[in-house]
Amino acid sequence: MTASVEPYVSIQREDFDVAAEIARLTTGQTNVGAVVNFIGLCRDEAGALSALELEHYPGMAKAEIARIANEALERWNLCGLTAIHRFGKMAPGDNIVLVVTASTHRQAAFEAASFLMDYLKSRAPFWKKEHRADGSAGDWVDAKEEDDEAAARWAR
Amino acid sequence: MNEHPTRLVYFAWVRERIGRQEEDVALPAEVETVADLLTWLKGRGEEYENALQYPEVIRVAINHEHVDHREKIAGAREIALFPPMTGG
Repeated sequence: MTASVEPYVSIQREDFDVAAEIARLTTGQTNVGAVVNFIGLCRDEAGALSALELEHYPGMAKAEIARIANEALERWNLCGLTAIHRFGKMAPGDNIVLVVTASTHRQAAFEAASFLMDYLKSRAPFWKKEHRADGSAGDWVDAKEEDDEAAARWAR
Repeated sequence: MNEHPTRLVYFAWVRERIGRQEEDVALPAEVETVADLLTWLKGRGEEYENALQYPEVIRVAINHEHVDHREKIAGAREIALFPPMTGG
């Protein structure tokens, strides 16, 4: 059944519309009983940052997220799945990433969304560079070991 | 030398330290694996040495797919070198 579900994946500079993305998965779908959204936002680290610059690997980003999305569709019985990742310069409060999962019952939607974010953090080719509020040169954000551990918990 | 040049692409601080986004290189035949490539590149100059000082932290993708450092690179059209990813 899930084999026929195609994930919607987009890598884009522009913002996304959360309500429109939910509607993409639910309109005309009377079998959907649960929708889970995850939205990742740019934060200012208690005023220290003025922006985050997101660099990505254009040739690979969409393909890698699609691979992760297809794995989620194999593992959970989903009615639909959307993953949108932005690139470019983000101000604190801006949206960076959106994952939407739709399923008949809530557990599949919750778990698949969590899996997708854990894998995306350690495998999707994006890198964040800080712009500091005081104008000094910002650093590249370091990858966190917890993110690798979070992905590892889904290993089969 | 292999017949076809291989495109190398760099991202984030690897790109900044090497000082370029991409380049085409003719790899010597003895460069067989990703680990060999990192060692060979490190010898190309100070900027490469600086970028690849700790080769074990460098992540690599061949033709847009993640690979580990033991992977053979024969036939690769594009090899990307980058730091651990920080998206999401």
